[in-house]
Amino acid sequence: MGDVIVQMTGIEKTFPGVHALAQCQFELRAGEVHALVGENGAGKSTLMKVLAGVYKKDAGDILYKGASVDIPNPRAAQQLGISIIHQELNLMPHLTVAQNIFIGREPRQKVRFMLDEKEINARTEQLLSMLHLNLDPRTKVAELTVAKQQMVEIAKALSFNAEVLIMDEPTASLTEAEIGELFRIIAHLRDQGVGIVYITHRLEELPRIADRVTVMRDGRYVNTSPITEVTRDQIISMMVGRTIYEAAPEVPENPSQDVMMEAKNLRRGNVLKDVSFVLKKGEILGFAGLMGAGRTDVARAIFGADSLDSGEIYVKGKLAHIKSPRDAVAHSIAYLSEDRKRYGLALGMDVEANIVLASFQKFLAWLGWVDATRTRDRAKVMVDMLAIKTPSLQQKVKFLSGGNQQKVIVGKWLTADTDILIFDEPTRGIDVGAKSEIYKLLNELVQQGKSVIMISSELPEILRMSHRIVVMCEGRITGELTNAEATPEAIMKLATQRGEIVQMETDSTKGDA
Amino acid sequence: METESIATKKSLFRSDAMQRLMAFAALIVLFVLFSIASPNFFKFDNIVGILLATAVNGVLALGVTFVIITSGIDLSVGTVMTFSAVMTGKFITDWGLPIPVGIVGGILAGGLCGLISGTFIARMKIPPFIATLGMLYVSKGLSLVISQLMPIYFNDTPIFRQLAMGSILGAIIPGLEIPNAVLVLFAAAIIANLILTKTVLGRYTFAIGSNEEATRLSGVNVAAWKMAIYALCGLFSGLGGVLMAARLNSAQPALGSGYELDAIAAVVIGGTSLSGGEGTILGTIIGAFIMSVLVNGLRILSVPQEWQIVVTGGIVILAVYTDILRRQK
Repeated sequence: MGDVIVQMTGIEKTFPGVHALAQCQFELRAGEVHALVGENGAGKSTLMKVLAGVYKKDAGDILYKGASVDIPNPRAAQQLGISIIHQELNLMPHLTVAQNIFIGREPRQKVRFMLDEKEINARTEQLLSMLHLNLDPRTKVAELTVAKQQMVEIAKALSFNAEVLIMDEPTASLTEAEIGELFRIIAHLRDQGVGIVYITHRLEELPRIADRVTVMRDGRYVNTSPITEVTRDQIISMMVGRTIYEAAPEVPENPSQDVMMEAKNLRRGNVLKDVSFVLKKGEILGFAGLMGAGRTDVARAIFGADSLDSGEIYVKGKLAHIKSPRDAVAHSIAYLSEDRKRYGLALGMDVEANIVLASFQKFLAWLGWVDATRTRDRAKVMVDMLAIKTPSLQQKVKFLSGGNQQKVIVGKWLTADTDILIFDEPTRGIDVGAKSEIYKLLNELVQQGKSVIMISSELPEILRMSHRIVVMCEGRITGELTNAEATPEAIMKLATQRGEIVQMETDSTKGDA
Repeated sequence: METESIATKKSLFRSDAMQRLMAFAALIVLFVLFSIASPNFFKFDNIVGILLATAVNGVLALGVTFVIITSGIDLSVGTVMTFSAVMTGKFITDWGLPIPVGIVGGILAGGLCGLISGTFIARMKIPPFIATLGMLYVSKGLSLVISQLMPIYFNDTPIFRQLAMGSILGAIIPGLEIPNAVLVLFAAAIIANLILTKTVLGRYTFAIGSNEEATRLSGVNVAAWKMAIYALCGLFSGLGGVLMAARLNSAQPALGSGYELDAIAAVVIGGTSLSGGEGTILGTIIGAFIMSVLVNGLRILSVPQEWQIVVTGGIVILAVYTDILRRQK
């Protein structure tokens, strides 16, 4: 580890109604990976956006290489050598890799207004080869996978000769293999003396990549220590400000043997290959597997979002013809997408409106007038029952936290009285405290006799919550485990059971992904 | 799942090229169909008529292309065109300024309107639809005020009319009497294409349309460039106004409403996406020609004018729908 390159002290930032940062401090050395952790809303991103010139601080000092600096805008940060890779990728999908990297400082021709496209591509090529990235500068960014897009962001950040690189949850949407590639590049940069700030929710990554970790809570600095000197449980308790046990509570026995839903031989192109399973009443059925294993595709097929080539779905013993989400809802099936903001909520509408959104017909009065008293009562019941933290029923859902948004969606489907709820990554982007509330909620749902399918990429979550676990790999179900049988090793073995399948298959299906 | 989404995106990006190809094919098909349907269609005079009829709309559409690629809209190009025509008349006929000064003044008047719209949009965050709707009324009203509701004629300066209706090409190559207005359109298109594909302004036009926030965070002064883009659109409207005045040998203050919609239609038929980030000048020119060929052909087939308008509407819907269909694949 090298010298201290960034020293932030007494940082204050207030947004209308929110004291986002209070007396925050942060220190970064050259040649270290410094993890920054905390619950959602702890102020990690805000603090780093102050450093990157996205937000202006209200008070406090930033020392950069020992000198006090003012960072009024992103450009000023870039000129100092501070680059940030935002949580949402900030690329122009219609432009090429090279055009994205050099946006805002394109090499020009002699006539200053004209671009030097050759130079742009050549310099990008250099940059990419320095990072050992196999990318064509002329490819449009939209044609790249998310992981490759991330690499473009890194290349772009480094093209400013960045000495400080801030990465905000870079692994959120990467596969295991892609994470390995990312870590390789991060290590490479660290060895070259770049100071890296690494914001993450995935605490299990820390020992693999970080040198030091700083914990934040409620806009305040809590602690900084070398990663070797803290345990994961200590970090978590600093994050939440109390000791919580991540150990799994007992999964309540599911006494029921009644079948709620059965899928038989679902097939769709290369994505779903002969998928069959049974969902019992009052059960949480976990779907485990690696990214791209086809778990979401199963959910979308059952929900009628994608059409099947063949296969049958039985709900409560009867063959269900599900051609669209509308049919699925009529068969009492709900799908709670991992992308809550896009597919789950009317963000600009209030809590009450969202809760009754899927079941307006229940609240219709004379001449199709919506009975506002009843919708309000119903929304009130849901807010109390699900313990949704909102200042009022009239709060727009976009102002709620991720966990509370998830609860609003659950409230919506409970209002619609659905019996089968498919949760796709129910706790993605939700902080530790709210997670356990979601878990409690899932348990309550199944105790009321509802059935839950839970798709999750987090093994501890799957192990903790599921009565039974279905494991998928490349569009097939490769195994089914009871909660008692399931171990992380057993699941990973099934989730990667690719080789054996390929051997059993004829050559024609080889290479299908 | 992942591979699938990549595939969709790929086809999405092929689609603007496809749309242009489709649009070009549609143009050819229209030509062939009308040529078969009427012996009067494929004649030199008629083709010249089509070219001439495209000139003004084409020039307006060039400017609108830039704005639409940023995922904005400009509803004021028609009335700004009229405003520029009136100003040109004011400069040349009423004030007796030299013709070149009057022309440049007219174009700059359009650019100023665009700059003002752009300022409202970029600095005051007024949505483009509203800001340019306001500019539509303001420029329309000003045209009437300045002209005192009367057309301004260029009878003292007969040479002005030659700008649109004369034929330099005919003077050089006898028999090829293509009016100058058409040459102006093509010259403007070449310049527009250069700006869009080779300059910083063009690059930021695409970047803003593709992801405005990312562009801003990359250190680009998005507000300033947006103002420049609307100003550029205004300059093209100004050029359209000068052409219009020259063609009619007068500035008609009551003219202009509806031209903005023709221009937007041409851009959309040409494959520029209203959601921003993609579009081409060639596409826009083809789109403009499709519209005038259609109108001309239908007229030759004695289809009443009111039905020509109906058909144009259908073509716009069809063009966008084929684009959507292709994206879904």
